[in-house]
Amino acid sequence: MIQELAILVGAPNVLTEPEDILPYAFDGTAGLKQRPRAVVFPADAAEIAAVLRLASIHRVPIVVRGNGTGLSGGSVPVAGGVVLCLTRLNRIIELDQQNLTLLIEAGVTTQRIFDTAAAAGLFYPPDPGSMKISTIGGNVAENSGGLRGLKYGVTRDYVMGLEIVLADGTVCWLGSKCVKDVAGYNLRDLFIGSEGTLGVITRVLLRLLPMPAARQTLLATYATMAAAAETVSAIIAARIVPCTLEFLDRKTLRCVEDYAHVGLPLDAEAVLLVETDGHSAAVEDEAARIETLARRHGATTVKRTADAAEADRLTTARRSAFSSLARLRPTTILEDVTVPRSELARMIGFVQAVAARHRVEIATFGHFGDGNLHPTVLTDERDTEEMRRVEQALHEIFEHALQLGGTITGEHGVGLAKKAFLRQQLGDASYALLRQIKRTLDPAGLLNPGKIFD
Amino acid sequence: MKVAGNNLLQALDYSVLQQCMHCGLCLPTCPTFTETGRERNSPRGRIALMRAVADCDLTLSRVFGEEMYYCLGCLACTSACPAGVDYATLFETARAEVERRGVLANPQRNFIRWAVIRVLFTRPRLLRFVGRLLWCYQASGLQATARQLRLTHLLPRRLRELEPQTPHVQRRFSHQLIAPVEPARGDRRHRVAVLTGCVQDLVLPDVNRATVDVLRENGCEVHTPPVQPCCGSLHAHNGDLEPARMLARRLIDLLPPDRFDAIITNAGGCGSHLRHYDHLLADDPAYATRAAFWSKRIRDIHEWLVEIGFRRPDAPPLTVGTVTYHESCHLCHGQKISREPREILKTIPGIELHECVEATWCCGSAGIYNITQPKTASWLQQRKLRNLRKTGARIIATANPGCHLQIANGLGASSNLTPRIVHPVVLLAEAYRQEMMRPAPSYCSAPPRK
Repeated sequence: MIQELAILVGAPNVLTEPEDILPYAFDGTAGLKQRPRAVVFPADAAEIAAVLRLASIHRVPIVVRGNGTGLSGGSVPVAGGVVLCLTRLNRIIELDQQNLTLLIEAGVTTQRIFDTAAAAGLFYPPDPGSMKISTIGGNVAENSGGLRGLKYGVTRDYVMGLEIVLADGTVCWLGSKCVKDVAGYNLRDLFIGSEGTLGVITRVLLRLLPMPAARQTLLATYATMAAAAETVSAIIAARIVPCTLEFLDRKTLRCVEDYAHVGLPLDAEAVLLVETDGHSAAVEDEAARIETLARRHGATTVKRTADAAEADRLTTARRSAFSSLARLRPTTILEDVTVPRSELARMIGFVQAVAARHRVEIATFGHFGDGNLHPTVLTDERDTEEMRRVEQALHEIFEHALQLGGTITGEHGVGLAKKAFLRQQLGDASYALLRQIKRTLDPAGLLNPGKIFD
Repeated sequence: MKVAGNNLLQALDYSVLQQCMHCGLCLPTCPTFTETGRERNSPRGRIALMRAVADCDLTLSRVFGEEMYYCLGCLACTSACPAGVDYATLFETARAEVERRGVLANPQRNFIRWAVIRVLFTRPRLLRFVGRLLWCYQASGLQATARQLRLTHLLPRRLRELEPQTPHVQRRFSHQLIAPVEPARGDRRHRVAVLTGCVQDLVLPDVNRATVDVLRENGCEVHTPPVQPCCGSLHAHNGDLEPARMLARRLIDLLPPDRFDAIITNAGGCGSHLRHYDHLLADDPAYATRAAFWSKRIRDIHEWLVEIGFRRPDAPPLTVGTVTYHESCHLCHGQKISREPREILKTIPGIELHECVEATWCCGSAGIYNITQPKTASWLQQRKLRNLRKTGARIIATANPGCHLQIANGLGASSNLTPRIVHPVVLLAEAYRQEMMRPAPSYCSAPPRK
């Protein structure tokens, strides 16, 4: 099969040597590793279709990968399988300034999409933490979120069309540039968040927005997490929808500051990072109201950033939160439980209690505004006794999130990391429906097998 | 060499390898990953290979060895890494293990490594003698004649391609320009030692002279031993840690750190290594304490000037106009010194700092990388030159001899239109000197418009 692959995509685009393929054995998820049989770099949808046809003849599993920054093991290879790495599909095909759309190939990085839009005065809001290197194909496959989710939603809200290669090698286009389009089933949405299990995303048509005229960032510090949570509830109750409403606890704060040196206060128990954007008068008004609300609900300090550069430094520092936490212990396990935002303060309290009860170290940060929490366990995978306690703690956190009407994953996907909890969240009927769809589109089960469910 | 476990990577504290949580944030900053798009050529890919070798999941092969030498060692990944992975240690250990196992060994490579690393760069007097011979060859016109007669075509291909990059050796070396002890101008506030380097000593001794000048101008009594051993960075970066330790011990003996307020280095590449003597000699009972003290005393010249509150000059340097700053990798990534050189440039009258895109990207010099990996080095050089030219700057400031020569080679023969390449400290020294020439400041072109 390797020789046939080399004929299809060219020998330099097929890797099989141990030194070449070993660095493709993992993505951004801790503790998951599996060496593939080969890594293939196709040039376009036609080559991908040919590879998929070949895979179905040889019954070889295919795992699609971009730059491997996923956080649920979605692009971790399958034993004996081939990794289909789409980084060569990196062309920006069309920026349509009349319809405010952008057509790109799956391997284009999120940062490049943001920059391309920004250069034309346009705005692509989804900004996952790894946006500097994550690819849009992966963003769509995982339906990635980011810091701006509260006001602007997630990747799904910006996808107007997709080019998909199906398991049998058929290439189809789903969607259009029309704002309104109800022709047929909405199959496009079926593939968003499908984690590479239903087809290979090769092109994406994105919706863009006008770039907001102004933005203002505020940083509020608190002596207790409860006071920070109260401020968030007050902001939402005042009918203000900031673009970003992030929080960091004390541990996260210290690690981020240690890396980024942006002047974060080290003595606070929690900080809120709030950004409002839009028309300059509206931004000014909202920023003033947020500042008042923060002070009224116990903020020890509230600081407004002086300029865009300072605001950028703060949000960039926030994006590094997860990786910065790796400074403390050898193994860093990032979770992604999400609850209705009214339940968030309760959930944070529960995480703290679980950490104390099981004697595990958990730092917490996340998107306060949309209820998306990132409890991060700091541990050492070589310590089996500690790892058992970690597993128990995580189990309880998942259970509690579900009891509060939440979800096991807000933006990272199920992949390998959370599949054990999916049935419990969905219920038997929905879970069976998922598998039925999978069987219909991928009867041989060769596309990313073992991800989401077994 | 004593090795615990099966190899040096295994002997390393495992948590250094574990520190990488493969988030991928290093990828966009890595020049070799940008060139090939292959994970193997990325920092996290290389760390995965090292970890596999430590775990005995991968045999240390020739391919592994080549990969470790394909890495520039520019350390851009360490600036991007939120997790604080100590890539410098991993990289040096991996290269040392590659050398220990000899997977890349062949007679030609072994001879060159022996001649350069073990002989030439451990004997400062011999190095100066070879430098003197090279100067004679260049100054007598023999080099020009040899080039005209195309005698250089008789050289083996690799050498022939490298020949045009032969640096221009200066007539007088550092010890002929600098007295062993030079007093502070005015009150003595500090006592410092200056390290003159190897390449800098032969090719850019004026940088060393300027370093001493600006230090004296700012209340420092300057000690500059006329014969100094190499700092050992060349050895450590190329997997030869034993000679690196030997040289470190010799330098510590020559300049006991407790006798100075600071030990000054003006070359980014040397400084990055000099700072880590504590680490290098940690297992040497006789030197560990002194090495730890040494690391506390080492200062990059820009860092030191800003720390002691250097005096702002009120005359312009010899060249005025726009300046752009190219950051030496081992100054900005290795030593995290970015702000200070700019702070110095901004205080000099008559010049205006214009930032360059990708100022922190490697120029391809990377120690001896331009010799070992000419293709990638030349790609990076051209990329760097494009970005430098876009600034339209008349002056390119940079604080490392490798970068200086790499950019100069790329720009080619100098003309009136070629930007001047200069160490920030040279500009500062010129400005101080011009103050004394007053009241008639001399401009080499029209004075800057205010």
